[in-house]
Formats: sequence, C-alpha cells, structure tokens
Amino acid sequence: MSNERASVKTLNRTALTGLLVQKLKHDEAVIGGIGNANFDLFAAGHRPQNFYMLGSMGLACPIALGVALAQPERGVIALEGDGSILMGLGCLATIANMKPRNLTIVIWDNGIYQITGKQQAATAGLTDIVAVARGAGIANSEWVRDEAHFGKLLDRRFDDGGPVLLAVKIDDQPGKGQTPRDPTLIRSRFMKGLGTGRSGALET
Amino acid sequence: MTWSDTFLGILKDNDVRLVSYVPDNVLTPLITGVTSDNYFMPVGATREDEAIGAVTGAYMAGLRGVVMMQTSGFALIANALASLVLPNQIPAIMVISERGTLGEFNIGQSLVARTMRPTLDALGIVHHTLTDAATLPFIVDSSIKQAYSTQAPVAFILSPLLTGGNPAAHAKLKI
Repeated sequence: MSNERASVKTLNRTALTGLLVQKLKHDEAVIGGIGNANFDLFAAGHRPQNFYMLGSMGLACPIALGVALAQPERGVIALEGDGSILMGLGCLATIANMKPRNLTIVIWDNGIYQITGKQQAATAGLTDIVAVARGAGIANSEWVRDEAHFGKLLDRRFDDGGPVLLAVKIDDQPGKGQTPRDPTLIRSRFMKGLGTGRSGALET
Repeated sequence: MTWSDTFLGILKDNDVRLVSYVPDNVLTPLITGVTSDNYFMPVGATREDEAIGAVTGAYMAGLRGVVMMQTSGFALIANALASLVLPNQIPAIMVISERGTLGEFNIGQSLVARTMRPTLDALGIVHHTLTDAATLPFIVDSSIKQAYSTQAPVAFILSPLLTGGNPAAHAKLKI
C-alpha cells in the first residue's frame, strides 16, 4: 500500500458531504452516484443543481462529464463510491483526455460494497484509486488526509483547475437520507436548476 | 454526397453536437467527419455505457448528443438504458453499426447481433434500420425530432445494405 494511502484518516461520508455542500457558492452541479453517495447528498439538504442517480451503477462520472462539457462555465462535482468507480475505471481515462477544467470527482472509499452487505471491494486490497486515476492521466488526484485537508481542498473555484480527483477513506456507515424514487421529477428539477428544460413553463 | 455526410448534416440541422463513440470500422467515416469538424464535440469513450452517461449529462445541461457504437457494444448498455435513459426520459440518439449479418465471419458477432433488436423491443425503444441513402434523410431527421419532442431515445441501425458492411469482414469470408 502506498504511504500516501496508508497514512490517511478514516472519515465519515455524511459529515464530509455536508461540508462539501456548504462550500458550494456558485450553483455548482453535483451528480450523486447510486446508493450512499446520493443518499448523503440528499441528506445534506436538497439543492436545485443536484442530480440523484437511481440506477446505472458506475455512470456518475460520465454523467458529470457530459454536464461539464455542456456548461463549461459551471463547476461540476461527481460523488461516487469506490465500488461504483471500479465498475467503470475507463471513464477516468476519458475524463483525463477530455481535460474538463470544471470537473471535480470525489471518491468515497470504504473498501466495501456497503449497501449490498459489506462485501470487500478491490480497494480493500491492493487497488489504490488515486494511483489508478493518476495512471489514467488525471494528474491532479490525491488522497484526503483528514477533514481539515478536505475543507482546504474544497476552498477553490470549481469551474477551473480540473479535472481533479479526491479520494476519501471513509467508515462503513450507510447514507443518512433517502431520495424520492421519481427519476422524472429528479431530472426535471435538475434541469430547472441548470437553466435548461421546460419545467418553468408550468409554474405560476 | 455519401451516407455519412448526409447523416452528419442531419445531426447539425438538429443541433446535435456532442458525439460520444466507441470506434468501429463501419463508423469510421462518421467519426472522421465528427473529429474533423469544429461544430462537433467528439468524446471518445472506453465503453458504450460511458458514452450513454455522457450524452445523458449533456442533454440535461442543454447540449444534445448522440452515441455511436457497434452491435456488440449495444449489448453492453441494457442496464444504462433501463435504469438511466428510460426512467429519466432522456432522448438519447443512438447509432449502431450492424455487425453479425449479411456476410459476417465472426461467430461471436453473429450471435450477439441476435440480442440487439429483441433488447430494443423489450425496452420499447424506437429503432429504424437504415438500408439506403434515399430514405435515410427522412427517417433520421423526423426520428430525431420525434425523440426530442417526446423525450424518448431512438436507435438507428446502420445496415450493411447502406454502408457496404465491414470491408475486413468481406476479405475474411473468402475461405
């Protein structure tokens, strides 16, 4: 195990998601990956620019890439679990080569598939997501050392300096919220939050 | 005008700019056209479901996109269609170069091809097989407009009757 990865503190996703949401000052779009990543995003307080993924495990980062390319002036953040990113590591190579300067990826790494019964993931063993991301070409990838370090790393403009990947070693706690399981509602509200779509036409 | 130039012109007419693709021999003229024209925003993906994700995100953020893939690549995206595109009513435009028929040499391609239309039908996704340059413009233009009007995906299957098929496959068939 790399020294960098071995020396980080184990943190809590719910607490850190709340901290991240507090740092968002410019209507940044946030894509919450399937399961706990989006449960904690919802628990941190709904924002119009949140998209909660209810299926399609592994696609939070590709969805965020699409948003980032479509709205290059808006900061875009993908929240994804380690099991989910393992399902589609190739997207890190795609993102590295597209170089979206407005895209930040946060990987919550508990080394387990928490939601399906805490089975071990490859990240519990030899696989280091930061090393994978750097190897894919996302040079600006790093392990979050502790909560203060996370806060410091988020004190930046999200519309520039990317792509950035932050990997956070977290505990095995489940997410705290539960998004409404209504994809068309989620999509419509997200599009309104991004200034796209037609939902405004029916509002009085 | 070649079928591929016609196709790309219709994408432009409908403001479809983002093109996410996994390469294929038959798709080469489309991909070459996209990467050599600043109008388009090409996103070379490593897997087809990743391309579906990018097009979904782009659509929600106001940029129209299309996914280009081969028959075998389509076989990888049933979950992305069933759990992302359809429940969120995303008008994902898909272009699938048809392998596995009319002179296929690869048994794997011929078998996976059998899953394509049944999968599309099972999911209720509108699909059209493009066989000739004469009917292509009306089918593609009207179906793209229908997709955005009705917030529903559509798949265009590029038949070897239109494209001539994979030249490498024809060479390998000579036994």
